[in-house]
Amino acid sequence: MSRETVINWALALGLLAVPFLALMQGEPFYITLATRVAILALAGVGLNLALGLGGMVSFGHAAFFGLGGYAAGILATHAFNQEPLFAWPFMVSGSNDMLLIWLVAIVLSAVVAFLIGLIALRTSGVYFIMITLAFAQMIYYFAISWPAYGGEDGLSIYVRNGFPELNTLDPIQFFLICYVVLMACLFISARLRDSRFGAALQVARQNPERLAATGIAPFNIRLVAFVISAAMTGLAGALFADLNRFVSPSMLSWHVSGEIMIFVILGGVGRLFGPLAGAALFIVMEFYLGGITEHWQFFLGIILLCVVLFVRGGILGILAGRRVHG
Amino acid sequence: MTLALFIEQLLNGIQFGVMLFLMAAGLTLVFGVMGLINLAHGSLYMIGAFLCATVALATGSFWLGLVASLAGAAAAGAIVEIVVIRRLYDRDHLDQVLATFALILIFSEGTRWVFGSFPLYLDIPAALQGAVSLPGGAQYPLYRLSIIVVGVLIAFGLYLLISRTRLGMRIRAGESDREMIGALGVDIRTLYTVVFALGAALAGLAGALVGAIQSVQVGMGEPVLILAFVVIVIGGIGSIKGALIGAILVGVVDTLGRILLPNFFELFMGPSQATSVGSALASMAIYILMAIILAVKPQGLFAAGSQ
Repeated sequence: MSRETVINWALALGLLAVPFLALMQGEPFYITLATRVAILALAGVGLNLALGLGGMVSFGHAAFFGLGGYAAGILATHAFNQEPLFAWPFMVSGSNDMLLIWLVAIVLSAVVAFLIGLIALRTSGVYFIMITLAFAQMIYYFAISWPAYGGEDGLSIYVRNGFPELNTLDPIQFFLICYVVLMACLFISARLRDSRFGAALQVARQNPERLAATGIAPFNIRLVAFVISAAMTGLAGALFADLNRFVSPSMLSWHVSGEIMIFVILGGVGRLFGPLAGAALFIVMEFYLGGITEHWQFFLGIILLCVVLFVRGGILGILAGRRVHG
Repeated sequence: MTLALFIEQLLNGIQFGVMLFLMAAGLTLVFGVMGLINLAHGSLYMIGAFLCATVALATGSFWLGLVASLAGAAAAGAIVEIVVIRRLYDRDHLDQVLATFALILIFSEGTRWVFGSFPLYLDIPAALQGAVSLPGGAQYPLYRLSIIVVGVLIAFGLYLLISRTRLGMRIRAGESDREMIGALGVDIRTLYTVVFALGAALAGLAGALVGAIQSVQVGMGEPVLILAFVVIVIGGIGSIKGALIGAILVGVVDTLGRILLPNFFELFMGPSQATSVGSALASMAIYILMAIILAVKPQGLFAAGSQ
């Protein structure tokens, strides 16, 4: 087992252990904190696929995170009010079944990512960063100015959506749902990375001309990766909405895009468990600094700045050493 | 809608565009010359506004405040460049985005620490209060008109600076070949600091000028920053001309869109629905504009050379 594999196992088991330790200590708040880590790590795992493997610096992943959140919020509101979502051409009612909501969140994010990707992937470098940001802002302002679902005030989910055979209102059970989803997506990421598709995606980052010369169009590979990446982040958004029982346009804001990016970079770009390490460290810092001073963002900024300037390769870069290319 | 209202809104759009140009000019210079994405540019705008408001409050003179905002923002820019930004030039865009994102956190929270969360207010100087009559009978505030004049003068000044002076020659040389002008004996580190401070001063000026129209508060730089990015991407990164045209385009489309689109939709639907559809579309209009322009010209309208 390589050092990175050991660290990955430690991270996975560590996150699993936190809520149970918290339960034994009688500190249920830490369960919510661990759930937050799992969900935000999932958003990062999605971005890492585009950013780490594909080299697509998307500064607009908040769009998918927020879309997932609104999918959960809107379906749940319609189910709660017992109003159909729309009645024509066929009847579609709301739902408070998590599985269905996840499916809608994934499909919605994927379709939007496909459309954004069609345009955005024509550009590269800084233009790609800015056009993804622009699309996310477009959706953000749309959510703010569209009054039907709360506009700027957001939308409350009065009862957390349900999962078959489980009680999602129990923090531990909800944590386990999020944890299993996170692990499943990490597993999918690992399988994708080691597949022929993953190899093509990494070549598309390193040397697109060469990929094209072997008869594979880099654009298509990137587009597919962008769509999968967005779908995972959208799923994370649906879970995040259920965690807070609230969605608002702030889930779509560019700060969220920046934060998801921070998780990935803090953990180590392109590392499988990087987003989990990054999200965990970020949330722990946020929590402890927030307990010490109300100006925690100031110190968070300084720490982040030092990490970027002096620690290359993120947490996993320090712990597991430089990545070895096979 | 009357002609007078239209002209007034058009002028508002141009004034907004001119202000965006002051922000975008610095961003596009820094990107063109140093290849750096600076998200913290909005913080320099905020610093300019806060300095102007503080000095104007202490001395009673808006003009002293304006001088302070220019000098202070330039100094802050130079310090940030020397301490942090200098280390980012040979990094990839990802590191630059993250590091300057961290700078935003530091500046915003630092400002809140010093000044508190309450907004400051800045009065329009006595000499520029009042309004002028426009053709069509409308009254337009003199102050907004002077912002347009200042912006146009600065655009012209920048044009002269870049095309006619030795410093401008070096900036243009730095855009086309960084290593070469270093090899020719130009002190490139100082040049970079000067360019960064120049961009910072322009952002500070924009902040101070706008501070008298809006309230001066933490976070005021961020919406403007994003719009300034839209501007330079539309105009073509690195091009001052592109920044000017892009800025006016964005300013006018955004301002007129907010007035015209709700009116337009009233032709087909009820007033309240038209207002919500129209205002939703209007707030997205510039991003739609940007997506269309980039879909047709992925390098923007006036891409500067081949980067």
